[in-house]
Amino acid sequence: MIYADNAATTPMSEAAINTMTTLIRETYGNPSSLYEFGQKAKEVLEQAREDTAALIGADAKEIIFTSGGSEADNQAIISAAKAGALKGKKHIISSKFEHHAVLHTLKKLENEGFEVTLLDVHENGIIDPSEVEAAIREDTCLVTIMYANNEIGTIQDIKGIGAVCRAKGVIFHTDAVQAIGHLKINVVEENIDMLSASAHKFHGPKGVGFLYARKGIRLANLIEGGAQEKGKRAGTENVPGIAAMVTALKEEVANIDKNTAHILPIRNKIIEGLKEIPHSALNGDEERRLPSNVNFCFEGIEGESLLLLLDDKGIAASSGSACTSGSLDPSHVLLAIGRVHDVAHGSLRLSLGEDVTEEEADYIIKAVKEVVEYLRGFSPVWRDLVAGKTQFIL
Amino acid sequence: MALYSEKVMDHFRNPRNVGVLEDANGVGTVGNAKCGDIMKMYLKIEDDIVKDVKFETFGCGSAIASSSMATELIKGKPVEEARQLTNKAVAEALDGLPDYKMHCSVLAQEAIEAALKDYESRQEE
Ligand SMILES: Cc1ncc(COP(=O)(O)O)c(C=O)c1O
Repeated sequence: MIYADNAATTPMSEAAINTMTTLIRETYGNPSSLYEFGQKAKEVLEQAREDTAALIGADAKEIIFTSGGSEADNQAIISAAKAGALKGKKHIISSKFEHHAVLHTLKKLENEGFEVTLLDVHENGIIDPSEVEAAIREDTCLVTIMYANNEIGTIQDIKGIGAVCRAKGVIFHTDAVQAIGHLKINVVEENIDMLSASAHKFHGPKGVGFLYARKGIRLANLIEGGAQEKGKRAGTENVPGIAAMVTALKEEVANIDKNTAHILPIRNKIIEGLKEIPHSALNGDEERRLPSNVNFCFEGIEGESLLLLLDDKGIAASSGSACTSGSLDPSHVLLAIGRVHDVAHGSLRLSLGEDVTEEEADYIIKAVKEVVEYLRGFSPVWRDLVAGKTQFIL
Repeated sequence: MALYSEKVMDHFRNPRNVGVLEDANGVGTVGNAKCGDIMKMYLKIEDDIVKDVKFETFGCGSAIASSSMATELIKGKPVEEARQLTNKAVAEALDGLPDYKMHCSVLAQEAIEAALKDYESRQEE
């Protein structure tokens, strides 16, 4: 079995499992309680906050723990929007291929009278900082652009975008859910005002994440209740989960260079191998992408059947096909980079684990080639393309 | 829980009557690539009997399984019976489809209807 869907979620690391189970057993106190049990948990929590901050170049006071990436995105955007509205600034800039945690929150704000500009991400899935600069207006209260895309893995010039925002005095948030632990991130050097992260994308537990908000940024809370997280996020803290997240993140950050050195040549081998499939195309910039990400469109086939047959061959992957999402439209990310519906349905994303081997890469290439050829064998779309009745797009 | 029933997976993995029928006298294509599903049905009708049938499908697992099952349900049957094939019958024969995949069975019914219509118009000529 080859698990190649690490952008969906990752297995927890042994160290993180160990932290989590130990704390569940031993440190079950409520961090808000004054007795020893509680204070022990409080210590673990605050140590986790310091460690998290140190890993991204932030201060412990600038970290609040959340239930994951979605909540962090929601809170960052709603906070900046509320602060902006107070000053009469109700314009937000983002991109067409953000995660739905961002896009749906922006939609909600639009319905409440905000104006949203979604920047084009071009064929390569990269936005130029100058395009952000050109879109900033007097009434812009927030720029939110993802660090690395979850489907095609393209990496933005975050430092450049941050610099533009800083110069114009606009808050800059980045959804770094796919990047953190895999790329080196320093919020100060990269001019980041707010950043979202999710533990389960870097071998931590599900349902845990954090939001970094630079000192001076007023956060609005989404969840009302107790005074936890300085009153910005009510609810008894998930201490074992939070501590396990930090264990996982420490390990990942310490190994970024080593992991990249291992995974990159294997990933590139897969890309080269799949390029040999006729009428296929790599989605997203070939250079500026996450080391683990492979994303292709294959003309004449549909993604869900591709995934099911790969599953039969022991490969777990994902697709931007409409049929895998339960909607009629294929992935908004693939449409945003200009793939038309016909080919966007035939997409495959492989997001490799750090332990992927050369042999697995060979097997993946062989399996994908076989399955694509098999499905094309009885695809009426492929038949028409080959017969010249319709034009190849790829 | 698996996404699909064992029957669906069986027909998806081992589609029956897949391919092209060179001497078909009724051919129907429904769906479009934009929506992600296209089915093409080839019928060979003799003496008001569906003597042979084959299909080609571009689509998801349930689209392929629905086409495969639909061909089995009409092969060797009188044209009149083929005409009455419903999407419900296709879905039931597959031990059910997830709600949002029911349109795949509708497509299978429509592909057969289209192929029968093509057959009739050829007869009139
Ligand atoms: C880019 C991006 N943002 C946000 C999220 C949501 O994170 P979570 O699942 O922790 O809510 C994900 C994960 O699906 C993601 O890939």
